[in-house]
Formats: sequence, structure tokens, C-alpha cells
Amino acid sequence: MAERCAVIGVGQTHYRTRRHDVSIAGLVREAALRALADAELTFADIDAVVIGKAPDLFEGVMMPEAYLADALGAAGKPVTRVHTAGSVGGSTALVGASLIQGGVHERVLVVAFEKQSESNATWALSTHLPFTASLVVGAGGYFAPHIREYMRRSGAPGHIGTLVAVKDRQNALKNPYAHLRIPGISREMVESTPMLWEPIRYLETCPSSDGACAMVLAAEHKVTGTPAWVHGAAMRSEPIFRAGRDTVSPQGGKDCAADVYRQAGITDPRREIDVAEVYVPFSWYEPMWLENLGFAGEGEGWKLTESGATALTGDIPWNASGGVLSSNPIGASGLIRFAEAALQVRGLAGDHQVDGARLALGHAYGGGAQFFAMWIVGADRP
Amino acid sequence: MREVAVVAFAQTRHTDHDEGLSEPELIAPVIEEVKRVSGLSRFGFTCSGSCDYLAGAPFSFVSALDAIGAWPPISESHVEMDAAWALYEAWVRLQHGDVDSALVYGFGKSSQTDVREVMTLQLDPYYLAPLGLDQVSYAALQASALGAPEAELREIARRSRADGRANPYALHLPDPTGDDPYQVRPLRSCDVAPPTDGAAAVVLAAGDLATRIAERPAWITGIAHRAEPHYLGMRDLARSASAADAGRAAGVGKGPVDVAELHTQFSHEEIILRDALGLGPDVAVNPSGGPLAANPVMATGLIRVGEAARRIMAGDAARAVGHATSGPCLQQNLVTVMEA
Repeated sequence: MAERCAVIGVGQTHYRTRRHDVSIAGLVREAALRALADAELTFADIDAVVIGKAPDLFEGVMMPEAYLADALGAAGKPVTRVHTAGSVGGSTALVGASLIQGGVHERVLVVAFEKQSESNATWALSTHLPFTASLVVGAGGYFAPHIREYMRRSGAPGHIGTLVAVKDRQNALKNPYAHLRIPGISREMVESTPMLWEPIRYLETCPSSDGACAMVLAAEHKVTGTPAWVHGAAMRSEPIFRAGRDTVSPQGGKDCAADVYRQAGITDPRREIDVAEVYVPFSWYEPMWLENLGFAGEGEGWKLTESGATALTGDIPWNASGGVLSSNPIGASGLIRFAEAALQVRGLAGDHQVDGARLALGHAYGGGAQFFAMWIVGADRP
Repeated sequence: MREVAVVAFAQTRHTDHDEGLSEPELIAPVIEEVKRVSGLSRFGFTCSGSCDYLAGAPFSFVSALDAIGAWPPISESHVEMDAAWALYEAWVRLQHGDVDSALVYGFGKSSQTDVREVMTLQLDPYYLAPLGLDQVSYAALQASALGAPEAELREIARRSRADGRANPYALHLPDPTGDDPYQVRPLRSCDVAPPTDGAAAVVLAAGDLATRIAERPAWITGIAHRAEPHYLGMRDLARSASAADAGRAAGVGKGPVDVAELHTQFSHEEIILRDALGLGPDVAVNPSGGPLAANPVMATGLIRVGEAARRIMAGDAARAVGHATSGPCLQQNLVTVMEA
């Protein structure tokens, strides 16, 4: 890695089903201004802006970076729009970091958003390209068979997903920005909700949220305040259609994790990483990604979840913020993971702070579990 | 900055109609070609540009990934912009020093849609888009603000089409007759880039690798992009401040320019961009025919960089400019300066 890069500001909106009080521009500006305030900077201090969001069909605005340039103080500056499906928030952070690591800019604002109340995401996900078949099942319908295959392979008992759903929602009660805040959330409550796509119940899925997240990234000589240093950053993609592709534990996820661990000098992620913000839109993805990311051996991820290791009080807390299960402005969801990882190592995560967190993983995935973006951030300079 | 060059470029033989090819089928041949020319089968980084609204469905880039053989998994990203911005992202990635090559590609099938209408959705969704002001209408506003004589616009269109007929990849459009119908006054049909299906790919390589691949690499000596305010009323439409800024940052004026390939989707844009980039009458603009002779949206800007690079690699130019634009009325501009 060339130049060192650090997160010096994080801003989030409150995630809600509907933010009728702001336009899309107002939403992204709210997050951007909070990130700038955190960094004690203004738009004038920013060299370049990187915007990420999931498909344009979600809001019905084509290439919205053009319209959002003014709201993000980007007029007169370079602005780029990233789109890598569900992993886009993570990719947006990585493109922003790249501008600094490559020595091109000194301070970069990255912003990702989704305002799902302005459209219908399941509809937007279900239309299809000419010449291709549409499953018309939305994201849950696509991922449910992969989850069932995970259960078959690993022999995981049926209640593991429920445990994750409860754990992440309990964590969300400590996060003032979280969308789903369900007092008294319990296994019985999750199990009493309707089955949407076997084995995914209603409360084992992520909500549809309006929201935005922003970060200010800085080169080493521009670092101010409390930085979260980038120790490793990587993206990986693989084709959605490839005979024999393992969609339960995709190679792209394994390779991406291996790359960030190598950069950060991590050989045992479970012991060396203090907290992880991992893209878990359906509860069962926690045990699946525990294995894919090397926190547990093959078939062992669910045992880690069941043991309580990934709880806020466990030895490797996953999604202390409440995760995607509690807040899901799709395009921003990956960036929230990256930003929450940064907040943890800066010691600024508030009530959901993991004591003494020094090294954190931010993770995002998208498409048919084929796009991956990850970073490792640390309190210490790499 | 690390030395990075364009070492291979390929484009489809663009068409003004749907040939029944899926997007991966459109892309696969140009990827094969740049792999063959560069001798590389794997790249340190891959980045693409496309726009879902051309297909009216999300995730165009997902199926495109199937065309490029992304196995084992690759380090890859995508901009929902013209692929010239994907080239910029790849150039930035190459500045890290840990990878030496990048594949960039872009594609667009205008035949699946009405570009003129779709571009309306690029406007502010609350106040402007509902008015239905379409792409040609706002371009015509800009042409009116510029106030260029119609004869000058027609000459740009005539020259572009003539050059396009000499380019095997561009559309073969007839000379304007002078009484083509206005689309929106003062722009006649010949002043508006034609609907086009197509794709393009570029290989970037750093340092020694570039010299090993290409006899005469097109070294990127400057690359920069800038945005302007979105609201058309907030800027002087007769000028392009962002193109001028990007041109300065990329160093266009630091030496003589032999060739400039400009992303001119309307005749009048050539006048504005020549002025913004300080290109004198001696600079050959769009010898490929430019977008007025072939406009595969989302690949068009990348093709400008590729065409400019191709002339350097072929020994026809020593210093060239490739330009790309995005957003209504030249809102965003990217300028690449390449030298032998």
C-alpha cells in the first residue's frame, strides 16, 4: 500500500422507514455535514467526493451524482459514482481510500445512501435484463436456497438464525441511529413472525430503510482528531453464472479476506480482530460468513454464534451496531459497516462500543454473493 | 505520480440498431481483443462503466462480469458513469504501486431505450424531472446560450459524419442535407449524436510492463475531472468551467496538442470544449468522427481516450487529449492527456 489513509470523520443519519422531511439531497447532506463536523472540517477542505448507492431504479434517479453535486459541495471538484450492487457502500469507501493511497488527493468525502421510501426496491430488483430470466423473488428468494444448503452441509440446528436476529436487534437498542429498535426482542418474538422464504422468517430479514452514511478520509499528513487507520483494503468479484461456483462460501469472499488479512498482518482473525461489522442482511449469513471469513472452520460457524462469541459481550463481537438486520438503506449499508468499524477503533461507538477495540473488520457483499469489499481499520498507525 | 500508459484499445463495430446481442455478447469480443493485443490474460484491477437505465433493469454490470472470465475472482469495481471514469478509477488504483495492469471496459445499448427521454431522469427528481425537459431540449438551451451560427454547427456535423464514414467502427451516416428537421431549434438531427449500440475496452499498464507490451505506449501525463452545479440556471451554459479546470489540472496547455477526441454529443459542444480546453484551429478534433458519428452511451467517453491513445500508439500523434463528459449540459468533464 502506498500512502497511509485514515478515517477522520464519520456521519450517519437516523435510519427510518421514511424520511419524508428531507429530499435525497437533504439526506446525503445531513450525513456529509455530520462527518465534516466530526472531522472539524468544512466542504471547502475536501478535494474530491465519491458517491455510492445501489441501483438507480431504487429511487428512479438516473446517475444521481449529477444532481447531488451541489448538495455535497462537489461543484468545482471531482465527483465519482460507484455501483457494485449490495457491496457498493464498502466499494465506495475503498475508492475514496484509493484516491488517498494513490497519492492523488489529501482529503476525500465518501457518501453512500438509499432512500427506499421513494420507490419499491423489491420491484426494482425483480425486473430483468433482456435475454435473461427473472426469478421475481427479490433478494430473500435468491438467498434462501443458499442458506438451506448451508444448513444441510453444516448440520446447523434451525434456531441459529433466530439467535442472530435477536442478538443484532438487542445491539440496535444501544445504537441511536438504528432503524429497527424492538424493545423486549426475543426468540419467541422472532419465531412467531411469518415465514417469508424458508428458512427466513420476517424478523430474520433486514428492513427497508431511508438513510445515508458519510466519512472523511485523510492522508497521513492531514490527519486530525482521532483517526482510524486503514490497515488493509480489498475488493473481489466473481461471475454470478459459473458452473460449480460455491454460493454458500464464495471464493471471492475468501480471497478478499485473505488479501486484507495479509495487508494487515493478520493470521488468526478470530483472535486478532476485536470487532467485526459484517454484511448480514439475513440472519443466517452470520454463521455463513464466520466460516467464509476464516473466523471459524468449515461447518463450525453456527457453533460460534450459538456459544455467544459474536455477542457484544463475546470474544469476537459481530455487528455491535445492530448490523444490516437493524438498518438497511441498501446502498449505504456497506459503508455503515466500514464506518462502524472505524468508530469502534476510534472509541466513539457510544453505548455499543466494544471495550478496548483496536482492530476492526468492515465487510460488504453484493449481487449473487459475488461482489466483496472489505477493510481492516486500526487505532494504531500501520 | 507513477507512469501509466494505455497499451491496448478495442471497440465494437458500432450499430444504430439492436443486433440481438446480449450485453455480455457485446463485450466479450473487445475483451478478447485487448487480451490478445496486450498478451495479458489476468489484470491487477478491473473497472467498468455502464448505466442500468439503458436496459431499464438493475445490475447491467453483473452479467458483464460473466463475459470477462472473472475466475478465479478478480479485484474489480464499477462506476455507474461513462467508462472514462472507470479508466480514471483504474489509473488511481495503479498509483498504489502494488498492481501493474488494469482492464477497463464500458458498454451501452441505446437500442433498448430512448436515450433522450431516459436522460431526463438525471435531473433533480423533485423540481426538474417532472417538467419533462428532455436531453435534446436542455442541449438546445445550451446551444442557444452559446449563440453559435447554425452554419458552424452544420459544418461540425458534416465533418464528423465524413470522418465517421472513414472509421470502420463508426456509423456510416450521410452528409447533412442542410434541411434536416430541427429536433429542438437550433439543433437539427445531424447535430445530435445518433442512437448507437457498442462497447469498448482499454488496457492500462504501469512502468516497465507498458514498455514490454506496447512499442509506443500512450503515456498518461495528466488526468483530471471536475463537476459543476447541477441547476442549469446556476452556470453560464455558453462556457464549461469544469472542462477548463479539468484541462488545466491535466496539463492540456503544457504542450502542443496534435489530436483531441472530445465527447461531443451535440455539435455546439465542440465549440464550447475547444474554447474551454484552449484547443486552437490547428488541433485535429474528433478525427474518428467522434460521438456525432457513433455514440454507444457509457462507452463513448472511454472510446475518446482509446481513439486518442491509438493515434499515439500508431505514431500518428505525439501528444493527444481524450475527453469525456457526464451529466446535463457538460456538467462533469474528464480530461486525459497522453504522450508518446
